[in-house]
Amino acid sequence: MTLNPRAYADTLVLAPAGRLDHESCDAFRADLQPHLERALGASGGIVFDLSGLEYISSGGLRCFMLASNEARARGGKIVVAAPKPVVAEIFQISRFNLIFDVHPTLRQALAAVSPQAAAAFDTR
Amino acid sequence: MRLRFWGTRGSLPVSLTWRDMRERLARALVAGSGRGLDTIEKACAFVERDLDPALSHTFGGHSPCVEFQPGGAGEEYFVCDMGSGARAFGEHVLARQAGAPATVNVFMSHTHWDHIMGFPFFGPAYQRGWRIRIHGCHETLERAFRLQQDPPCFPVPFSQLAASIEFVQLAPGVASEVSGVRVTPKLQVHSGDSYGFRIAAGGRSFVYSTDSEHRLEQHAASEEFVAFFRDADAVIFDAMYSLADAVSVKADWGHSSNVIGVELCQLARAKRLVLFHHEPANDDRALARILQETRRLEELTRGEHRLEVVAAYDGLEMEL
Repeated sequence: MTLNPRAYADTLVLAPAGRLDHESCDAFRADLQPHLERALGASGGIVFDLSGLEYISSGGLRCFMLASNEARARGGKIVVAAPKPVVAEIFQISRFNLIFDVHPTLRQALAAVSPQAAAAFDTR
Repeated sequence: MRLRFWGTRGSLPVSLTWRDMRERLARALVAGSGRGLDTIEKACAFVERDLDPALSHTFGGHSPCVEFQPGGAGEEYFVCDMGSGARAFGEHVLARQAGAPATVNVFMSHTHWDHIMGFPFFGPAYQRGWRIRIHGCHETLERAFRLQQDPPCFPVPFSQLAASIEFVQLAPGVASEVSGVRVTPKLQVHSGDSYGFRIAAGGRSFVYSTDSEHRLEQHAASEEFVAFFRDADAVIFDAMYSLADAVSVKADWGHSSNVIGVELCQLARAKRLVLFHHEPANDDRALARILQETRRLEELTRGEHRLEVVAAYDGLEMEL
């Protein structure tokens, strides 16, 4: 799964797109791992930009949770940005909105993780 | 086939508190003011037709007990689990039999207390001439039933029960014929194991799958459950926790969520998902919200197949 990585100062933005379900979950995790290593090794935060995600299943949510657990164990943080209405509803119905900070826009998510990242976003 | 839910709560029976009751009454009085509700008939019609279901309805609080009537001419009774709902179920069958003994077939998912606690209060067990056949896959089935009636837990030992009581060992994955009903148990993930039952009779089938955790990383196990639920007319499903809780703070607690229920039933093309084993900490408002959200999730994720979603409550009757 293409994650289209972008860096804003000390924060990495990853943008999974399409459907994240039990069929694509393993590929997503494999593609995510090197980005996690790099970003967390540099003590940076990660934002999942979900503006291109059409659907997420329980398996996909679990992948997010495992990534978040790993980030937290290493002193980092993952937040979620700009979900489409359907994905936002699935977060709310599953109560994953209580596990993740879900921000309506990428700018707001970056600001929640790092002022430098938000400033870098504003200058682009 | 007809299902009748006598107990739908998980873990521990609960009831409305006086505060709940007072608030409901007060809200109902306000809602009915100025409507000329000066007779019981008018008030009942108002409650039935116009009052907010959040005020007129309760999910109830008995622990699991679900009767099924296969139809046909048989005079035997069938029930899954003997939670606290079994007391009312026992009263129902005694009244219906009007003194004539009958046979009750019980299918036990497992022997945790919330699933057996109604048996010491199950009236037919105290009646001479009645026959109770308790089916299950646990080797400890009989021991558990006897143990809860031994001192100091209960004053009437099992040996003093007047009915003829048999314990029938079932094997997971092996279908059995029980008085015209085909019953297939399936091993589930739960502390000490639990078993789901696929029950078929008269061209209808349902699955009773409670106290069952589904681990999302175990794809083969999920596919087994999809096959177990395949084309069922109803799946009675352990929806105790939110998905977030089930995979995080309550992982390995042996229960599942509404989200997993929707996904498995959609894959299995089951006709109806029945949310069951409600969390005792959830009040009626929380359960109504979970039902509404689960219906919305089904709508959001629906393909060609439409899945009906209902939430079980004590007293619910359902024709398959």
